[in-house]
Parts: sequence; C-alpha cells; structure tokens
Amino acid sequence: MIVLRAAVLVVLAVAAAACTSEVGSGTGDDGAARKTARPVYGDTLIEALLGDIQGLIPNITSDSASHTIGDLIYSGLVKRDGSLRLVGDLAESWTVSRDCRNMTFQLKKNVKWHDGRPFTADDVVFTYQAMVNPKTPTAYKEDFKAVESIEAVDAHTVRVRYARPYAKALQSWSTNMLPRHLLESYVAEGRLREAPQNRESPVGTGPYRFKEWRTGEKVVLTANRDYYETGPYLSRLVYRIIPSQATIFLELKAKAIDSSSTLTALQYKRQTDYPGFRRAYQKFRYPSSAYTYFGFNLKDPRFADKRVRQAFAHAISKQELIEGVRLGLGREATGPYKPGTWVYNPNVKRYPHDLERARQLLAEAGWREKNGDGLLVKDGKPFTFTLMTNQGNDERKKIAELIQASLRELGVGVDIRILEWASFIKEYVKKRRFEAIVLGWGIGLDPDQYEIWHSSKTGPDDLNHISYANPEVDEMLERGRSSCFEDERKKYYDRLQEILAEDQPVVFLYFPDALPVVATRVYGVVETPNGIGFNFTEWFVPRSLQRYTAG
Amino acid sequence: MFWYVLRRVLLAAPLLLGITFISFLVIHLAPGDPVDFHTGDLSPDSSAQAKQMLRKQYGLDKPLPVQYWNWLTRLVRLDFGRSFAPDGRPVLQKIAERLPITLLLNVVEMAIILALAVPIGVFSATRQYSRFDKATTVFVFMGFATPDFWFALLLILLFAVQLGWLPASGLRDINWEYLSFWKRHGDFLSHLILPITVATFGGLAGFSRYMRQSMLEVVRQDYIQSARAKGLAERAVIGKHALRNAMLPIVTILGLSLPGLIGGSVIVESIFAIPGMGQLMVQSVFQRDYPVIMGNLVIVSTLTLVANLLADVAYGLVDPRIRLGGRRRQ
Repeated sequence: MIVLRAAVLVVLAVAAAACTSEVGSGTGDDGAARKTARPVYGDTLIEALLGDIQGLIPNITSDSASHTIGDLIYSGLVKRDGSLRLVGDLAESWTVSRDCRNMTFQLKKNVKWHDGRPFTADDVVFTYQAMVNPKTPTAYKEDFKAVESIEAVDAHTVRVRYARPYAKALQSWSTNMLPRHLLESYVAEGRLREAPQNRESPVGTGPYRFKEWRTGEKVVLTANRDYYETGPYLSRLVYRIIPSQATIFLELKAKAIDSSSTLTALQYKRQTDYPGFRRAYQKFRYPSSAYTYFGFNLKDPRFADKRVRQAFAHAISKQELIEGVRLGLGREATGPYKPGTWVYNPNVKRYPHDLERARQLLAEAGWREKNGDGLLVKDGKPFTFTLMTNQGNDERKKIAELIQASLRELGVGVDIRILEWASFIKEYVKKRRFEAIVLGWGIGLDPDQYEIWHSSKTGPDDLNHISYANPEVDEMLERGRSSCFEDERKKYYDRLQEILAEDQPVVFLYFPDALPVVATRVYGVVETPNGIGFNFTEWFVPRSLQRYTAG
Repeated sequence: MFWYVLRRVLLAAPLLLGITFISFLVIHLAPGDPVDFHTGDLSPDSSAQAKQMLRKQYGLDKPLPVQYWNWLTRLVRLDFGRSFAPDGRPVLQKIAERLPITLLLNVVEMAIILALAVPIGVFSATRQYSRFDKATTVFVFMGFATPDFWFALLLILLFAVQLGWLPASGLRDINWEYLSFWKRHGDFLSHLILPITVATFGGLAGFSRYMRQSMLEVVRQDYIQSARAKGLAERAVIGKHALRNAMLPIVTILGLSLPGLIGGSVIVESIFAIPGMGQLMVQSVFQRDYPVIMGNLVIVSTLTLVANLLADVAYGLVDPRIRLGGRRRQ
C-alpha cells in the first residue's frame, strides 16, 4: 500500500521507498560472483522494527511497521517495480479507457490464499466494499470514493468505473486484497479490527505466511511455497521489536541483526566505518521520500509578503544545513518532489545563499531600520517570531538553531520552542497557533499533493496548515489529479513547482537520504530509484553462507 | 481490628473514585487525539470524515461527564473496555500479557537489592566511618547517580558486542523454539542478566542507606546497651536484638513499593527491548489510548491503597506501641 506517510514516521527516521541510485553499494570486489550466483532457498533474515505492529490487516493500520509486515503477507493488484513503474502483481494485465474512467483488470489464474482457497475477482470486489464501508476504520477510504461501480465480470476479470477521471486510480489498486470467505461477516458488523485475522491468523496471497507474533517482542513469517511468482528464497523472516535506536545499532555491531534502516547519519557515516562492519554489511544510500521544510503561517501579515519568505530562503544555506545536520547525507530540495523522479522539475527558481539579496528583499518589504538590539523594525515593531518544532527529533532542533543564527544576521530575532509531538500538532499546528515551524512531509509515489497545497484544505483536520492559497496552484492541482496520462500531468506539476519555487510558501530544505544496511551474505539486493525493498522475494543467501537452518 | 479494616476499606472506595475522576479529567485535557494515531496524524489520505467516524465509534464525541459515567459503569462490572489502538484488544488482555515479565524482573530485582542492601547497611552502620562504610557509600551513590540508559549501553557494548558473552537485548534467542528444555531456560536467564544488573545497581543506594540509618539509630538504644551489658556476643546483639528492630522501617518501605512492582522501568525496557508494563504505559500515553491508561491507573491505585492498608496493619501487628482502632483506655 502506498501512502503519504505521516510526518510522525519521519520523526522516527523511518525511510520509505525512494529514488535515484547514484551511490554504489558496499558490495566491494565480490560483485561479479554476486551477479552470477544462482538463487537458492533457505536461511533466516533478522530485521529490527522500532515499534510493534498494530495489527495484521494493514488496510486498517497506519503505522509503518504494520505495513512492512502486511505487505509481505498480502498483495495488491499492482505494485511498483525498481524504476517506480506500476506493474501487475495479482493482476496479469489491465486496460484503461481513453477517458480514464473505465478500467478492466485480468487477474492471474491459480493464485491461492494461504488457506488454499482460490483468489478470485469476487475478493477484489469485497476488498473495495470493505474499504468504503463506513464502519471500516481505515485511513485509506479516499482512494476508493471516486469509484462509481465495480463488478466481477467472471472469476478472473474485474471492471471498475470511475465517476470522474482520477489520477491515482491505478495506484490505488496496490491496496492489499482481503479474503471474502474469512472477513465478510466482520466487515458487515464493523468488527474488522476484532477479527482473528487481525491478531493471530491473517490469510493473504503474499510471498510470506504468518507464523507468530509475540507482542512487543517479535513477528515471525515463513516463506509461502505456493507463491505465484518466483521466490521467496529466504525461508524465514524474524522482525524483532527494539524500541531503542541505540540498541538496534549495538545489535548490528554484534551482528545479531541482518538488516536495518534506522541508522542515524552519524552512525552511518562515522560509527560504522570500520573494517569489521564493512565486511559484515552492505550499505546503501538514496534519497528518501520525505523532505524537511521551514514553514510560515501565511495568515501572519509579515509572512504573507512573498519577499520576506524569499529573503529567508536566500539567508539559509541549504548545503551548510545538510552538512551540519545530516553530515552531507541528504539532497537539496527545490520543491515538494524528489530529485530524479519523473515529476521533478529542475528548472525552477533557486535561492542561492546570498545575504545581500536577502537584505534587499526585506528592505523592499519595508523592513529597513534597525533598533538598538540590531533587530529590523517596521511600524515601531521589531521583527521577531517563534519557531516551533517537535520534541525528539534532533535534526529538526539543529535546523531551528541554524535558521535562528542565519536570520539573526539579517536582523530578525527567532525564539525556538520545542513541543511534545501530540500537543504540537493538535494545539498549535492544527489550530494555526504558530508563526513558523520546522516539519517534514512524507511524499507518496503519485505526485498528487492536493491535500497539502489546495486552498480548500484549510480546515482543522486538513493539511494545508500554512493556509496557502494561490488560484493558479489550485488549478494545477485539480488538473493534475484528473488526468491519468503521465505526460499530460507532468505539464501541470512542472508549472506547480515553478509557482511554489517563486512563492516559497515554505522554504523547502532537503530530502534526507535513506540509509539501510543489509548483511553481506544476502545476495540479490539492488539499489534502484525505488530503494532496495521492491525485489525482496528475490533476495537469497548462497548455501555456503547460510547461517540459520531453522524454519 | 476487624472494624478498623472495614472502615478503611469503605473509605478507600470514594478515594478510588476521586482518583479515577481526576485522572480521567487530566488525561482527556492533555492535548492530542487518539484518533490521530489511527489515521496517521498528518496523513493526507485520511479524511476528516474518517476521523469523525472513529470518534463516534469510541464515544469521544460525547461530553466528558458522559464519557466518564460510561467508563465507570463498565468498570464496576470489571469491564476495562477495549484499547483505542488499531488492534482494539481488551485492556485487561493487553495488561495481562505484559505483566508477568515486569513482575518477574521487579521481584528478582527487589530480592537482589534486599539481599545486598541489608548486609551492606548493617556492616556500614556497625563499622561507621570505616573503609568499608566509605567504599560502599561511594559505590551505592555511583549507582544512584549513573543514568540507567548510559550504564545499560556500556554493559551491552562490553558484554554483547566486545566479548560476545551475553545477548544485547530481547528475551529469547531467535531459535528459542528449537532449543532443548534446559537450553531454553539458560537462554532466557542470560537475557535477564544485563537488565537486572542495571535495575539493581540503580536501586541499591536507597535501601542500603535506609538500612544503615535505621541500624545506627537502633544501636544507640538503651536495650542494646543492656544486651551488651549482660554479656551477649556482638553477633547476637546485632543479629538478634538490633536487626529485627532496624528492619521495621524497611518493611514499611517494602510495602509501599508493592504497586511499583507492576510498573516497569521505561528506560530499561526500551533499551533491552523487553515488552513489559513500562513500554505499554508509555505507548498508551503517547497514543492517548485512554482505556489502557485508565485501566493501568485503576490497578496501580488500588494496589497503592491496599499496600497502605497492609503497611498500617502490619505495623500494628509488629510494633507493640501502635494499637489500631481498638477502644483506647485512657
């Protein structure tokens, strides 16, 4: 399931799928042997999760751990390959009508649920019904609201009709399919959460079967030998729940964990840079699907002036920020899309570090005189504001401090306030009781960002926290989401990025790099624009290197 | 005695009611919304409508007094409700699942602390200002002053990473299911050594200091003087006459730490990845999982009240100077 991940997950430094592969892996000199080795079955892979899973039906959970596990047990009609293209998963093929409103899926035959029952078109219809049922406590209803009708033409053909063209229609069918024969009554009664399939006996069609979940301790999966594609080769997966990043790091050093993506920049760059670690683990690095920004409350008249925001953008050196906060392990953001993806537009206005230009822009906006404290003054009031961010994220705290120092040079005073996550979001961000914030957005694989930038999305539970409103942006967002053709959508999103770069409703800071490591004995791991996890079922350990025989 | 206990129990009921009411109020006043954690806080995919529906499902749309009343009426039937977390499991089940490991750790820790603190306290008191006294004072205060998380990480670094003698975290080996009966227990024990060491080291200071202080007071008493005067061996004076009296305050403190036994240490549990009560409580607080927080609170406050009562009763039984509830003859 592809979702725009909650910013809280970004706090936890959980890296989602990601892009561009310019940095090589640490595979070293045995690269040739790795490429020619034939996959074999066997061995156990041990991974660490920072938090426990919340349930075994990912359609009704929203934390990343549950989705990591759920995506292995279940599968959807489509998925993203290494180059981020949508390819068939449970669907053999599909057709889309010219007006984007009709979609027909041909399902793979001979796909079986883990309990042996055949997977059919009826299950697809059921999954849709479960998702839109008002009693189903899912966060992913929106994707299916645009569906006008759905029918199972025969056992292996599903036809979906949309009320209007919906750009995310195809992607939305990557939703994990649920078995009608087991869950129908629970969905009807609105008790899906209480179903045994959510707790101890999930049944999916995915590459791994559920074996065990010990609360707070571990989740164990075993290979599904009846999987409809090649693999999976790794026989057993153990996900250990370790809530401390420091402990995960020490477990890695003790070689008790095979794979982790929770290393901090410091751990990745300096503390794991010794021969023993390099021999034991392959390191990967690519930009994650999340960026950090410096945002303003645009209802505040001082920030409503574009020139002030542009001045701030000029005053902050993004390179210095990435160096100082991430030890260089991040990419400069010029807008809300990740560099290297199809939607990214590199030809937008940039804001090189230039204090002179920044001062000039502020002067144009009326901030000319300085008071005795060296602060800019307009109408008798000095330019000071409070910059808020959440507790528990050291990077954001450092960013706030660097911004404070940079703006001080312009004569703008910044007070930093760090607040507990839930109160910060609920009491300040949602109620718009802030002047400026440092926060992050996780971005999905589809470029639609209607919820974040559209002027209609400024209600208390909506996400346009900064109260940004630009009619042209609204238009681009509306057009972009109502076409299903990439080249046409690209035009709208290119323009969107130009306007956002000019307007600087937030100062886009950087995309941090995802920094996963995987044990050297695991072969078949490749870095792609889609990160490393997309071909997980093809990972294997050559017999001579296998470490665990159990399972 | 019977009437005294009955009166105390009857008085405890409104007290418990008051505690739950205030707690209920306070946690609901804390900013944050349980529903946010379901739909992923700032996830653009979750609609405002979905949140409204969840609020309704949980009864969060009702006024606070109504919510409290509903919770209370369920509680008197011993129904603690279901967790707000997406697993939606009964609160009691969630607590029951995590209680055994926390109890085990705390009881073992308490036993070790007592086994060490009593002799340390006694020796320090009988040889006041000796080298032993000074050395142990420094040692226990080091334990008191060392941050748990730092000490824990150092121990892991030494024993798990450098020496490889002990596992770094968790409760069981990855292949635990495939081990023999004895190996399983050995493996489990080896996982407990580091967390118990950390917890014990930190808790040693308090008890050993109490013991020392209490012993110092007792040995100055006249009856100790007379015990010595009648020619008893020093061992008998300290071991028989002094120790029993010096233990009184320790018993009280022990009674009061009863409710503490079911509350886990968040830091130790997080670092050693132990799924105990401490982690459950912290997660429920962060997720604003009201039923779990309240369930835990009711249990802890009941235990506190019981422990208080027990301590008072025990005092009456042990200490002849105290009479409970009986008609006093002037």
